[in-house]
Formats: sequence, C-alpha cells, structure tokens
Amino acid sequence: MTETTQANNNRGRSIDIVNASLKRRYARERRFRYLGLSAVILGLLFVGTLFVDIISKGYSAFVQTHIVLDVYFDPEVIDPDGTADPAVIARADFRQIARQPLRELFPEVSGRRDKRALYKILSSGAPYQLLDMVQADPSLIGTRQTVELIADDDIDMLAKGHIDRTAPPADRRVNDKVIGWVDKLESQGLIRKNFNTAFFTNGDSREPELAGIGGAVAGSFYTLLVTLSLSFPIGVAAAIYLEEFAPKNRWTDIIEVNINNLAAVPSIVFGLLGLAMFINLFGLPRSAPLVGGLVLTLMTLPTIIIASRAALKSVPPSIREAALGVGASRMQTVFHHVLPLAMPGMLTGTIIGMAQALGETAPLLMIGMVAFIVDVPGGPLDPSTVLPVQVFLWADSPERAFVERTSAAIMVLLAFLVAMNAIAVIMRRRFERRW
Amino acid sequence: MQLSVLVFVLLGVMALAYHLGRRRSLATVGGRVGARSLHSLPSYYGFYTALWAGLPALLIAGLWVFFEGSIINSMVVQGLPSELRELPPAQLGLLMNDVNNLASGNIVSGEVDATMQRAADHLNELRSIGSTALAIAVLSIALGTASLAWRAIGPKMRARNRVEVIVSSLLVVSSLIAILTTVGIVLSVLFESFRFFQKVPVTDFLFGLEWSPQVALRADQVGASGAFGAIPLFAGTLLISFIALLVAVPVGLMSAIYLADYAGPKLRSNAKPVLEVLAGVPTVVYGFFAALTLAPAIRGVGESVGLSVSSESALAAGLVMGIMIIPFVSSLSDDVINAVPQSLRDAAYALGATRSETIRQVVLPAALPGIMGGILLAASRAIGETMIVVMAAGLSANLTANPLDSVTTVTVQIVTLLVGDQEFDSAKTLAAFALGLLLFVVTLGLNIVALHIVRKYREQYE
Amino acid sequence: MDGLPSEEEQEMTTETATVDVDVTVPDPQTASHSKELDSNFQTVGEVRVANARMTCTDVNVYYGDKHAIKHCNLDIGENQVIAMIGPSGCGKSTFLRCLNRMNDTIDICRVTGEIKLDQQDIYDKRLDVVPLRAQVGMVFQKPNPFPKSIYDNIAYGPRIHGLASSRAELDEIVERSLSKAGLWNEVKDRLDQPGNGLSGGQQQRLCIARTIAVEPEVILMDEPCSALDPIATAKVEELIDELRQNYTIAIVTHSMQQAARVSQRTAYFHLGSLVEVGETTQVFTNPQHKLTEDYITGRFG
Repeated sequence: MTETTQANNNRGRSIDIVNASLKRRYARERRFRYLGLSAVILGLLFVGTLFVDIISKGYSAFVQTHIVLDVYFDPEVIDPDGTADPAVIARADFRQIARQPLRELFPEVSGRRDKRALYKILSSGAPYQLLDMVQADPSLIGTRQTVELIADDDIDMLAKGHIDRTAPPADRRVNDKVIGWVDKLESQGLIRKNFNTAFFTNGDSREPELAGIGGAVAGSFYTLLVTLSLSFPIGVAAAIYLEEFAPKNRWTDIIEVNINNLAAVPSIVFGLLGLAMFINLFGLPRSAPLVGGLVLTLMTLPTIIIASRAALKSVPPSIREAALGVGASRMQTVFHHVLPLAMPGMLTGTIIGMAQALGETAPLLMIGMVAFIVDVPGGPLDPSTVLPVQVFLWADSPERAFVERTSAAIMVLLAFLVAMNAIAVIMRRRFERRW
Repeated sequence: MQLSVLVFVLLGVMALAYHLGRRRSLATVGGRVGARSLHSLPSYYGFYTALWAGLPALLIAGLWVFFEGSIINSMVVQGLPSELRELPPAQLGLLMNDVNNLASGNIVSGEVDATMQRAADHLNELRSIGSTALAIAVLSIALGTASLAWRAIGPKMRARNRVEVIVSSLLVVSSLIAILTTVGIVLSVLFESFRFFQKVPVTDFLFGLEWSPQVALRADQVGASGAFGAIPLFAGTLLISFIALLVAVPVGLMSAIYLADYAGPKLRSNAKPVLEVLAGVPTVVYGFFAALTLAPAIRGVGESVGLSVSSESALAAGLVMGIMIIPFVSSLSDDVINAVPQSLRDAAYALGATRSETIRQVVLPAALPGIMGGILLAASRAIGETMIVVMAAGLSANLTANPLDSVTTVTVQIVTLLVGDQEFDSAKTLAAFALGLLLFVVTLGLNIVALHIVRKYREQYE
Repeated sequence: MDGLPSEEEQEMTTETATVDVDVTVPDPQTASHSKELDSNFQTVGEVRVANARMTCTDVNVYYGDKHAIKHCNLDIGENQVIAMIGPSGCGKSTFLRCLNRMNDTIDICRVTGEIKLDQQDIYDKRLDVVPLRAQVGMVFQKPNPFPKSIYDNIAYGPRIHGLASSRAELDEIVERSLSKAGLWNEVKDRLDQPGNGLSGGQQQRLCIARTIAVEPEVILMDEPCSALDPIATAKVEELIDELRQNYTIAIVTHSMQQAARVSQRTAYFHLGSLVEVGETTQVFTNPQHKLTEDYITGRFG
C-alpha cells in the first residue's frame, strides 16, 4: 500500500526504514487490538453466563406442581357434631381429608412405610389449603370437590425433570416406587403445573414448595421506605448546604473528604455501626426494617450527596445571578430556581442510591435481618427480612427446590433493580439539560 | 397512639399552624390590602409558625423512639423479683428477650411462668403508658411552641430571615450527619475493640498465626482454644483480593482501552452499559453464582486433571469477585484515560505512531498514576467485599497461598461471629469489632491514598 | 444579599453584548467580511508550482454539517515555506491538519477531494497513515512534550519506527535533532530530565526536534509560536529558515510579520475559502483580492 511513496527516489530515505518496520508493528497492533477485543468479549461473556445461569436455574420456580385430587370433605372428620363452629373446624384433621383420595387412587399401597411415602407426595401445606377452603366456604363440608393440591418439593422437582431418573436410587431423593406413582398420576392427567402465585405472596418456610418472597418483598419495601424518607431530604439538604452556602474553608474540606471516603467504606462496617449504635446503645428492635433503613440511609447518603452536588454544580451561575438580580434572597434563589433545575439529577442519584440499598445484604446481616421469619411484616417495626437476605438464606439450604427458588428470587430482585435503573436512565435522558 | 398516626397528626398541626400564622400576619396589617406593609410575604409567617409547631415536637418524638427501648427495658428489669435481677447480664438478656416475645405475642423459647407473664404485662403496660405520654407531650409541645410563635407575629417581624435561619441550620445539621456517621463508626468499633484488646493483647491479635475464635464457656468444653491470631485472615483476604485484581485489572483496563479507542460507536454504546450491568448486580447474586455454579465447576475441572480442590476454594471466590469489580476498574480507567489530553495523542500520531503504540507508550504512562489510584480503590473494594466470600469462601482459617485451598477472610469472620446468638461480653463477639476496626482502617487508608493520587493526577492535566 | 451590586449587572450586560457581536448582530464595519464567499469562487493567484511536493485538488472538509473548507486547490512546493494566514476560524488549521490526516482523530470530520503527496493520494482508502505521518510531521500550537525525559521525547519517534539500530545511533539522532532545533547546548547536560520542565520556547523547540528526529520530508506547523514570547519566537523562526534547506514546510500563523519573515509563498484563507495565493512579497506588497488587502492592511482580523 505504500509502494508508490518509495518510488523514484534513490537517496536513503528514512521512510524506507519506516516502511520496512511496518509489518512487525502492525502485527503488534493487531495483537493489542485482539487483546482488547477479547477483554470486552470476556466481560460480555461474564454477564451472559451470569444471567443465563440464574435464569436457567430459576425460571421453573414460577410454576408449581399440583396434584389434582377428588377430595371428599368428610363431615365426620371435619365437624362430627355439625356445630359449624370455626374453632372446631380449625382443629379438624385435614391431613386425613387430603390423604383419603390418595388411598383411593392407590389401593394397592400397603404397609406403614409405603403409605407414609405415598402421603409425602403431597406438601405438608396441602391440609392447610383444604382448611382455608372450608373456612372460606363452610358449605363445602360433605361435598366432593376436585382440588389441586400442592405437591411436595421432591415431586415438584421430579415433575420438572430436575431429578435424574437414571441415577442410582441411593443418589436421588425419590425412590422408584414414588416415581411409579407419579408416572401413574401423570398418565391420568392428574399432575398439573400452574403459575406459582404462592411464591409471590407467601413468607419464608422450611418447605420449599411453601416458601415465598412475599415477606421479603414487604420487608424490602419498608426498609427502602425508611431509607428513602430519610436519605433523600437529608442528602439533598447536605448537598445544598455544601454547594450553595458553605464557606470554602478547612471545615467544609473535611466534610467533603469525609463524604468521599464514606462512599468507599465497606458496607459491612455500616452494619457494625448499626449493631453497636442503634441496637445495643439505643435499644431499637433487632431485625426491624426501621433499623435496616437507618443503616442503609447512612450508607446511601454519600451517593446521594455526591450526585446532588453534581446536579447543583451543573446549574449555571447565570441563573443564580438572575435571581439575585431581581432581589431574591440566597435561600429563595436556591429553592425557587436552582433546586428545581437540579431536581432531575438529584432524583436520578437517589434512585441509583436506592437500587444500591435494595441489593445490599452484608450490613443487614449484622442487625439481625437474617432471622427465619414466616409472617409477612405489616410495618417498619415488625421483624422481617429483605429480598437479598432471603436469597442468602435460601442459597444455604440443601434442597434442590431451594436452588430453583433462590434463582427465581434473584430474578425478581434483578427485575426490580433493572426497573429502577431504567427509570434513572430515562429520567436522565428526558431531563438532561445542556447549558 | 401509634407512632405513624402521631406523625400524621403532627403534620396536620403544622398545616394548621401555617394557615393560622399566615392569617394572623395579614390580620395585623388589616387584610390583603395591607400586605405590602408586612416585612415578609404572608406565607413566610405561615412557614415560621409551622416550623415552630413541628420541629421541637419532632425532635422530642425522635429522641423518644431512640431511647424508648432501653428506658422501658430497665424499668421492667427494676420490676423483676430481686433473684432474677441478680442474674448475670447474659442470662438476664435472654430472659428479657423472652419477656419481649411474650409481650408481643410471639413464640417463647422457654416455659412461661407467672413472673415472666407479670413482667410481660408490666412491659405492655409501660409501653402503652409511654406511647400515650409521648402523644400528649408531643402534641402539647407542638401547640405550645406554635402558639408562642403565633403570638410573636407582627408586621415588623422579619419572618423570612427567621425562616431562612431555621432552614439553613437544618441544612448545616444535614451536612453534619456525614461527619457523625464517621464518628459513629469510629466510636462503635473503637470502643468494642478496646474491650477486646483488654482480653486479648494487640500483638497476639495482629501477629498471631492461629485463628479459632471458639471460647470455652465451660472449663471442660473441648475444642475451644480461643486463639485470636488474625494473620491467617489477612492472608486469606489478600489471596482472594489478589486473585480478584488479577482478573479485574487486565480485563477492565483492556476493555476500557478497546471501547475508548478501537470500538465503533455501535459496539461502544451497546457494550458499555452491558458491562456496567455487572456493577449493578447485588453481591449476594455473585455469591450464589460462585457457590453454586463456579465452585463446583472449578472443582470438577480440577479433579479431572487430578488436583485436589476444596469445594470452597479461594479461586472461585476470587474469580467471581474479580468479575464484580471489572466495571469498577474499567470505568475508572476510562475516566483516567480520557483525562490524558488529546494534544499528547496528537503528538504521537503526528510522529507516525500506530494506535497501540500511542496507547501503550504515551497514554498509559501518562495515565499511570490515575490507573494506580483506580486499582487501589478496586483493592479496597475487594478487601471489604463480604457476601461473595461469606457464601463462596470457607470458614477455616488456613494459612496458605494455594488458591485451590479453602481460606477465610476478615469479612467472613465478622459475619460468622456476629450472626446468630451472641453474648455481648465474650471475646468472640468483640473480636468481630476488632476485625471491623482493622478493616475500616485499612480500607480508609487505601481510599485516602487512592483519592489523593487520583486528584493530584487530575490537577496535573487541568 | 437582597440588593444587587451594580457592578454585577454591568458585567452581565457587557458579557452578553460581546457574545452577540460574534454570533448574531453584524457590526457594520465587518459586515462584508463576515459573508462567506460563493462556492464557485476561484482562488486568485497561482495555486500550482513547478516543484510541487504536495498537490491539493478541490479539497472540502466538513465538521458534521458545517462546511469548514470549500473547494480548495493548492500546491506545496519542495524545500520552501508556505505560510497560511487569515482571520480566526477561517479554516487554515483545519486545512493544515488534512495534510497528514490528523483530522482522522476527530470523529465527525469528513474530507473530500484529493491531496497528493508525491503523486499518491493520501486519502486513498488503502493508504496507511502511519508512514504518511512519518513522512509528513507536525508541530502543534501548544508545546506538547510527552511526560517523559527530554531524551525519550526525541527518541520516541526513531524508536517506534526502528530508525536506529543501536543505542549509539539513537544517541546520535537525538543529538543531531536537538542541535538542528538549536536546543542541544541548552539541554545536553540534562537529557534525562522531564520535558515538561523546560520553558515554553524550549518545549516548542523540543517538539520541533522530536518531529525532525523522524526525518520527515514535509513539516506542518500549526501556529508554532502563538504560545511563545518574542525571543523564543525569533529562535523558532530562525530554525524554520534553516530547516527549509532540507524540508518542505507549511506553517499556519496569526502574525503577518512572521509570515512575511519566514515564508516564500503565502496563502490567504477566508471563512473556509482559499482567497489568494502567491509569492509572499507579492501578496504582502500587492494583494490582488479586496479581502486579502483588507486583512493585510489591518482593516479586520
């Protein structure tokens, strides 16, 4: 490509030496380029692997295996005296009701061990399902109903194909007999996979098929509510002071350096602070979203302050001069003119801070939000857990069904985060102003 | 009265105070027509009254929320029979825990006896008295301060200036919270660490080679030596962080360079946000990925070539942590590389340097301090990272440099020592705070140095 | 803080006023000078020379939608200095940067037309910019030494191009380049000190030395003296005059005196158009075009 430049010139030109070196240099250029490209591809590959791994493990948790059974709500068992008293009904042995149709379907099963194994294909939550039905509608007593009862997690896994049927029996959680029963049910069309609403409404449970993220989502909601209602006003106020009013002296320098450093302090240290101060010193309740929210407030404040200051900085001085020029006080200038213009940037920073807080786990472990809590919390003082901590708790559980649920919980968590970040990006695009 | 209801009532009082204050200011000058003779706009008189109505009352309510627990607790303890009051603090704590659970209708661990039931009733009674008293106190303070402010309103009162003074002091207080947080962190870890170092000498902690924090509760307990030598933890932390940086620095730096200097606009605008997704993924997700996907995979590969790999290998935790900090390194490098003035690149291009020659020999050397600062920040991030190591690294404090072995880290130990049941005087719990202090000091040091380098670097090209 | 200081008001109004003059409100005196020339305007004077080293034919440059250089034809003769003059923003620097494709580093910049170096179109898609820039070196407006030692600054070009096969040879190139740039005696004892430590004039001569170390055949200089004091400027001008023996030089300058002193030919640019080209003495003593005359006599610019 450079032949012509060498043409018709006989004296020793340095360009000839340059041309001679080109091949080697371009080889190096190419190597460097490929190195960079492979770094980018590697990074993208990591993202892809992470998401594919989580989704492939978790998508099946959004359906739940049910067993369709013809249940006879036997008045003899539920309410032998016909009192219709809710207290009597609540004490009734619904396990028997749930087991009866199985006995009818598999009359050949005998022996205590086999029978127990047969009953175990239903979840331990199935009787409560029936109880709820009767409590909602007492007229069901004495009738026969076709009911979809929740299957046990092992049956769920088997039906979803997560259990390797060819593995030696000792290595799998269901034996051949159970597989035979399930296959029979399946062939009669009695195994049904429905959308798993319970996963979104239930609290935590030891039984994977009953465990849901409802409690954790509510806990996350209250925690973020506390965080947002504290960190946004405080962060914006601090930013306004530092950017608009503070004299530039040693003291404000210290505050500034301090904020920058706080932004990089490991989150677990904030957990230690929360434990020592809020719980041990002030005696606030453990495991409460209030304390979680306080700790996360302290953690997200630097993020919000830094973003808010940047937003204030980007408002041009001419706006301030214009307001001061018509006789507004500095406070009026800031609150009437500067703040509204900086608000989109501040809100974007706040949303990003909230997204950070939503994904945070470590400091909440310190203040006891790792407790096993079955109830869905009803307020910021009820003991509760949050979504990422729920992920942490489930990730520790050995059951295969919990792996699926953990991944599904992660998917929900990521969906929230993606939504929050998308809102932040849209706001930035929509309201970004170039001065 | 519920606290939230109280807050809403208080907000109502503030709204009312605003309205009354505004009305009074107009009334003193004979209605709207006289508004010009007021010093400030009528609404400032309203704000003034409302702020006086709300702030003192909110302050009281806030203080009460913070101290209610400890005050009521100590009153209940006072009400206990003397033989229970004399119990050692740990047992008393357990007892009070049960009383608390009983009072709020939760499941109680032990058996409920009459004393406990009485204590729980006492607790509930105190709580209801407390909240009623709080409601009365808060509302009367609100009304009292509001009426004082209301009476002071007159045409000469400089309401705007007063409101602005109040608001600006609120602004100052908000900016002080950042300082208070740091002070709080330092005090809480320092105080508990101090107590720890009274039980375990500092030198044993810093230079000891053995870590096994189980303290014997009874003299005859086995396997509880209680050694607090933190060296294995440092070594484990450094090993994992080193592996992480080994992944993150080359990948992050090279992808930043490639996206900045080589990639077409389409690849750049698509790949950058995708890589940044890695920064937004919660660490617990990485932990799950490391523990359930990568660690078994590494183990499988290792065993297929005949290596013995621990199921909680440092390699898995380090690799995943490296993936986590890739976007951190790449966005910092991107900033730093972009700060290198175009004139330097022009100079190199004008001499006939190829792109990679310009980058390697001109841009990178010029950006080196900034990149070093970024790497230090990334290192501080890796050292303080918790969830990945809690889920994917081990608990056993091995002193090893083999990445296939299981090691433990400072953060893992803090979590293990503080999660679950804890007694607040044992060296075991206090050790967590000593580790926290260490972690804080090290990361703070790294951050200060790194931020200083980066700032110096920026000034150089401004 | 409630009242407004009158100074502040004053400052604001004057500031807006100056901006207006530049952008919208045409000053009656410069009205004719702020109008762009027709696109079919023909350059006055002889654009071609007998011993042309570079030949530009119908060169157009666009920055996004902005047409920055319009239909420009110009030859750059061997072993002579051509000066490019004109008011700010007239496109002379843009044109200069086309000559070794430095505009490639600006994403939105697009160049059409033909620029030939020794009969080879440098905008040919297959042409490699690396040897092109080794052949056509450039010195920039602001001295931009690498943050390395003086020695490494000079040695950088020879190193990447492999011009020296031994350390001794490299030393020789460094000494020769620095001597040619008239800097050797000033820096020979501190070659290992950073290049940014030199004074402005020394830095610029260092940059010139760095350029000639690669032994280019054409040197482009973009206002090389605008950041220098008169004494340093005089030294650089002397240097340019000496370099003319061996190199072809194109220099953009704001100073007409400088153009008159160092160049043999002068090209006058006006708002993206090449208005007039000719022998320097002729352009300065007897300009043919009205715009050139107005500029040279100082009516605007």
